Amino acid sequence: MTETDKNIDVSVWRGGPSGGSFQRFEVPRQDSQTVLDVVAWIQQNDDPTLSYRFACRVGMCGSCAMMVNGEPRWTCRTHVDKVLKNDRLEIAPLRNLPVIKDLAADMDPFFDKWRKAGGVFHPTKSRNDPVEEISPLEEERQNANAGIECINCGVCFAACDVVAGNPDYLGPAALNRAWTLLNDTRDCGSQSILAAVSQGGGCHNCHSMGNCAHFCPNELSPMTSIAGLKRATALSILRSGS
Amino acid sequence: MIRPHRSHPLWLAFVLHRISGLALALFLPVHFWVLSLMLTDRERLDGFLLLTENAVVKLAEFGLVFLLAVHIFGGLRLLAMEFLPWTSRQKTAAAAAVGVSILVSGTFLFQAI
Amino acid sequence: MLDLKLYLLQRLSAVVMAPLVLGHLAVIIIAVQNGLTSEEILSRTQGSFGWALFYGTFVAAVSVHAAIGLRVIVFETLKLKGFALNSLTWAVFLGLFLMGARAVWAVTAVGAT
Repeated sequence: MTETDKNIDVSVWRGGPSGGSFQRFEVPRQDSQTVLDVVAWIQQNDDPTLSYRFACRVGMCGSCAMMVNGEPRWTCRTHVDKVLKNDRLEIAPLRNLPVIKDLAADMDPFFDKWRKAGGVFHPTKSRNDPVEEISPLEEERQNANAGIECINCGVCFAACDVVAGNPDYLGPAALNRAWTLLNDTRDCGSQSILAAVSQGGGCHNCHSMGNCAHFCPNELSPMTSIAGLKRATALSILRSGS
Repeated sequence: MIRPHRSHPLWLAFVLHRISGLALALFLPVHFWVLSLMLTDRERLDGFLLLTENAVVKLAEFGLVFLLAVHIFGGLRLLAMEFLPWTSRQKTAAAAAVGVSILVSGTFLFQAI
Repeated sequence: MLDLKLYLLQRLSAVVMAPLVLGHLAVIIIAVQNGLTSEEILSRTQGSFGWALFYGTFVAAVSVHAAIGLRVIVFETLKLKGFALNSLTWAVFLGLFLMGARAVWAVTAVGAT
């Protein structure tokens, strides 16, 4: 990376669960610099007490998502060029989640909801059974395939205004997971999934505002998955109820 | 603090749907009350109805009709999205078809009256 | 806050209303052409079982739809929940339904005026 003589004016959220404020840093501008590079530069060269979370740096692990200039982003794959506004960056922990320290959000509520939405696999076979053949052409498999590339980064959860307004709402990622599982023919938990996503904070609270699909770094559409869940739960009621 | 930018079409559609729905819900009691003046005070009712000739009221009426139109077409879009699992190309085609047919029938209606 | 039951009611009332709203929009556009008077309204609606059924269904569906819609907005923005939220939902439904039914009665019943 070549350094240029320009600096970025970076505001970074500092603080813990009880509150905090933005702290400003001057970070040298570099070619092909990512937002995660900026955060790492601050921690290595200016203030070693800055806390943040990352692992793979290549968009696989989903651990480095933060709010960048007010929008949720995977910071390791977000180039500074794309998001810089008047040479300024504002970096904050993911929205809609409690803060542990600085840029590290507490992901527990996010993953608790994952389980609450029925996202645990319900197997039909044991290791002694032969491997089941699944045709990639089946409609159900294609529905599932459309949603399985989720890396659990929490960007959709932070983007969603329904999550912001309703703390019980399971959120786009957990419901997307439930939808892929519902479409997985190897899973035998359909009824429990449908019941899980029909609870008070379930899929029916979604307003299809599409922030999840708009911001998903892997270009998935949890909104479409949730529409699928609404349809599936409605049909199951109509079938069993009448 | 820089506010999150959510200026994408679906979010705007959501906001329009919410605002139009809220406004229509608040207008309904007034609408019902004015109509039921037919039972109690027809002069007052005709007074209200005469107001509709006023330019400002006409504009407000246009606003209400616009809100109703926005709310129903936004709602039909939601119903289609939730209950008709179409591909996005089919959806674009369907939306275009609805748009064109409204344009055609609307023009017809205005010609006819 | 919506669960499956409220969601279904919301969508069902929407589906019921879709053709009624389109009809209502058409009536609005046509009726205002020659100016509105109570006489003109009554000449159209009084003693008509068809219009009574049309507007009666409309009022029932819109009361359900608006009550659930307002419930969601109040829950998400004002954080009202539990008994208070349920009471509000019912109050909106009953209020709109009664006022709407009275309005329908006012314009369709023979001898009401």
